[in-house]
Amino acid sequence: MTNIVTMQGLNKYFGDLHVLKDIDLTVEQGEVVVIIGASGSGKSTLIRCVNGLEEYESGQLTVDGEHLAPKGSNPKALATIRKEVGMVFQQFNLFPHLTVQRNIMLAPMKVKATDAATAAGTAKKLLDRVGIGSQADKYPSQLSGGQQQRVAIARALAMEPRLMLFDEPTSALDPEMIGEVLDVMRELAKEGMTMMVVTHEMGFAREVADRVIYIHEGQIVEEGKPEAVFDNPQNERTQSFLSRVLKH
Amino acid sequence: MASQFQFDWQAAIDSIPFLLKGIPYTLLISFGGLAIGFALGILFGLLSINKKWFLRWPATTYIEIFRGTPILVQVLFIFYGLPDLIGGPIDPLTAGIAAIALNSGAYISEVVRGGVQSIDRGQTEAGLSLGLSRPQTFWSIVWPQAFRRMIPPLGNQAIVSIKDTSLFSVIGVGELVRQGQVYIANTFTAFEVYFVVAIMYLSITLTLSLLLRYAERRGLAST
Repeated sequence: MTNIVTMQGLNKYFGDLHVLKDIDLTVEQGEVVVIIGASGSGKSTLIRCVNGLEEYESGQLTVDGEHLAPKGSNPKALATIRKEVGMVFQQFNLFPHLTVQRNIMLAPMKVKATDAATAAGTAKKLLDRVGIGSQADKYPSQLSGGQQQRVAIARALAMEPRLMLFDEPTSALDPEMIGEVLDVMRELAKEGMTMMVVTHEMGFAREVADRVIYIHEGQIVEEGKPEAVFDNPQNERTQSFLSRVLKH
Repeated sequence: MASQFQFDWQAAIDSIPFLLKGIPYTLLISFGGLAIGFALGILFGLLSINKKWFLRWPATTYIEIFRGTPILVQVLFIFYGLPDLIGGPIDPLTAGIAAIALNSGAYISEVVRGGVQSIDRGQTEAGLSLGLSRPQTFWSIVWPQAFRRMIPPLGNQAIVSIKDTSLFSVIGVGELVRQGQVYIANTFTAFEVYFVVAIMYLSITLTLSLLLRYAERRGLAST
């Protein structure tokens, strides 16, 4: 198996705050890695390093064969990586001035110089795939949160990414809409997409993840198959975190 | 001496053709100046939020100077002062357009800065994460949204600048107020003439307000 992501001794600071401490992590092609941890533990920062939305201070980070140097000092590799890595955000971050279809067409047309007709066709297909083909001409604000997040997933998929990053994709959603987004993600995983998912949805993690990583104060303290992490956590911090989140 | 003043409608009506000759100058200075001012505003507004200090500093210096001094002083400086430096006269029309351009440019820089900074960082992150370059992200995602928010303050600045052109009567541009002064010198009907002048300014600014309200409604309808 080839590694899509390789992190070695990665360190990240926000000023004096040491947010990621010597992170060693690999993600293989086709693997679904779910990252869990309390808020402020550094789990979002970790996946934001993978596509360079956060710079790191020291260590090694290779994404899809491109070496992403510390402090953003390799802009060429960064540009290549961003074309290969899709990201879905907690707040959707759809473009409010463009229709749903235009949201999806923008990147292929600007980055890959795809012609409008082809991009429109791809957008339609992707919208059907996430179950909202009929909403193509609406503006994001006219859709529900769950629909918006599905558009955001379609928008990322339009670039045919080799890796998808999900940064708490259901945390801003009303409870009744969480299922429809997780369904789309489940489908993606089934089709073999490589995914790094930061989430509080433990049921999803248990069902879909190939590997679960628990982060505490910027360090990976537990890592393993979901059954192992959830049913038999070794570290007492993992035990106390899980007892808190699984209680309700 | 009790005031026996009566508004002389005939005098007011008679002044209209002469006063109308000033309107092309008023409009030319206003909109010529604002067009250049808008270009300056985009340039210096964006420079003023650049990360690099050597781009930011000149921009903020320009903004502070032209926001912090009266436009009357600016136009007097350009018209009477600059010829000493460049060794030749500047015609009043050019001086007027330059003053509006530089002055409105400073205010529009602030409008641009505010508009761009009001767009959520998540928009830029989404663009970058899709592989767009920084310029692509800015011009196709951030700018269209920022511009929509800039329409009301830009309209406000346009109205301020139109009224500011009245000060340029002092350098002898034949704009609206200057025409009024010349007319009054012969007829001594100050009340009537300045009344008509005021109505003419109001017609221009009200028309602009209506157009802007329409533009705003259309802009908001598509978000």
